[in-house]
Amino acid sequence: MSLQTRQLSLGYDERRVIEALNLTLPAGQITALIGPNGCGKSTLLRALARLLKPKEGAVLLDGKAIHTLSTKAVARELALLPQMPQAPEGLTVEALVWFGRYPYQSLLGGRSEHDRKAVDWALDQTGMRVFASRPLETLSGGQRQRAWIAVALAQETPILLLDEPTTYLDLSHQLEVLQLLQRLNREEGKTVVMVLHDLNQAARYAHHLVAVNGGRVVAEGAPAAVLNERILREVFGLKAHFLRDPETGTPHCIPYALARKEPLELMEEKP
Amino acid sequence: MLSRPTSSKSTLVPLLALALLGLGVLALGTGAVRMGPLEVLQALGGPRDETHARILYELRLPRILVGAVCGALFAASGAILQGVVRNPLASPDLVGVAAGAGLAAVFTLILLPRAPAWALPVGAFGGALLAFGLVYTLARKAGEVLPIRLALIGVAVEASMDGLRRLILVRADDSIAQALIFLSGTVYGADWERLWRVLPFAAGLIPLVLLLHRRLDVLSFGDETAKSLGMRLEPARLVALALGTALAAVAVMGVGILGFVGLIAPHAARLLVGPGFRLLLPTAMLLGALLVVGADTLGRGLVPPLEIPAGLLTTLLGAPYFLYLMRKVGRVR
Repeated sequence: MSLQTRQLSLGYDERRVIEALNLTLPAGQITALIGPNGCGKSTLLRALARLLKPKEGAVLLDGKAIHTLSTKAVARELALLPQMPQAPEGLTVEALVWFGRYPYQSLLGGRSEHDRKAVDWALDQTGMRVFASRPLETLSGGQRQRAWIAVALAQETPILLLDEPTTYLDLSHQLEVLQLLQRLNREEGKTVVMVLHDLNQAARYAHHLVAVNGGRVVAEGAPAAVLNERILREVFGLKAHFLRDPETGTPHCIPYALARKEPLELMEEKP
Repeated sequence: MLSRPTSSKSTLVPLLALALLGLGVLALGTGAVRMGPLEVLQALGGPRDETHARILYELRLPRILVGAVCGALFAASGAILQGVVRNPLASPDLVGVAAGAGLAAVFTLILLPRAPAWALPVGAFGGALLAFGLVYTLARKAGEVLPIRLALIGVAVEASMDGLRRLILVRADDSIAQALIFLSGTVYGADWERLWRVLPFAAGLIPLVLLLHRRLDVLSFGDETAKSLGMRLEPARLVALALGTALAAVAVMGVGILGFVGLIAPHAARLLVGPGFRLLLPTAMLLGALLVVGADTLGRGLVPPLEIPAGLLTTLLGAPYFLYLMRKVGRVR
């Protein structure tokens, strides 16, 4: 199952956010979209998830334009975890995860044996079985995030899209989520595409980085090829030292100053 | 481990149904002519005492049934709207049902003074639907209806229609104000004809709504989640809102504007069985029926032979509950 964009332009009302983008998200790998706030990476993720209709061009799912496919068909191929997912108050974890089966259920049909298995599997994969009967709002941030990942897993999609899955989590819960995604990628072959803010985590957990700035892809490739002094200066407006992660050999940056006169200020700020 | 809370929740529905049955028997015996539960059952069983049977069959039974059905309709409507708008303080009035019905009723009386008695409730029904159409159209922007936008526009439309209705009433003569008592929410004088007016709609709408329970669940998630679960959001939202409006509009046809039932019953049901519509809808409907039949019984039993309108009692009960809700919701968020 391949996911790519062809001459994709995105925007809200009159404002263009992404311009004529051609991008291929490698199947079976973890891709991290990185870039400064407002660069268009979340917009891109929304378009990949079919939440945003392209102004021009298309997102291609297995070669077919995604906005011509039915919503349900797309929901069987890719699952999205939004930045701040909302659920009605009082919903238990298990009831929530069941909604991952929604794309497979018909109006009159009941729950199949396979539905049950998929929900159980999702609860087990995320370690949420012990919390299955707990209402969502009684859980900690990290547990809640895992519950939402379980919903996406119950959808049994080859592709997982996540918008800043580690935001608002403390460091150990951040790693927990990232390791869960890594394991799902390695053992279940899931294609993972996520927006990440922490560059070092992106370098460490992703196979493929896509650096976005001002609506364009500035660099993409393996972390070692993408993360360097030039990209940090041009994309993030930062001066940084680089080390090598002693365990994975991926680049590890230590920003030490703002690079003042760089694109951060020059970027067009249209309201 | 998982089944216990669920099963205790689902036993609530038959329990509430039994309670409604019990309340019904009690209500049949309440009024100017009092009867004990046994007397009621005896009178229902055979026409031994002519007058008692007639009081029961011709006056009290249709009245109780109309109250129960309309209470259930208001509650189902409120449950749906609270889900779609994702706000526990939402109610059918949010999409202009009450104000639209009121305004249309006034117009019906002024423009068609010689129309038969059924024209008033039918006009109110149409007005409620039209008001919803207006709210929905105004709230739609770039093919999307955001819940918060819908709520704010609903409040504005509601207020302006209400203002217009009052303006007309200031100029109108007394007979019209008299006729509008119907709209103030009362089960008084509800007869079999009124039940037949409401029942076909209820029989069509309620199964449909129950059938859609899973969609209503998904709608009460965030927009992005609902879409990524494979829901075509806007059509689904329109269907849910239209159904919610229709339910309340039918109820207005039966009992006028019964305040707060569509707010309290679904909210209390949510506290009892959680947010899942499969249990929420029947629970809310039973609570709504209990509330209206209970209020009507109380209104008849407190100071007989005088009757306090059920709408007045539900509002008296509902307003403090609403305030309590506001405080509670404010604390959580």
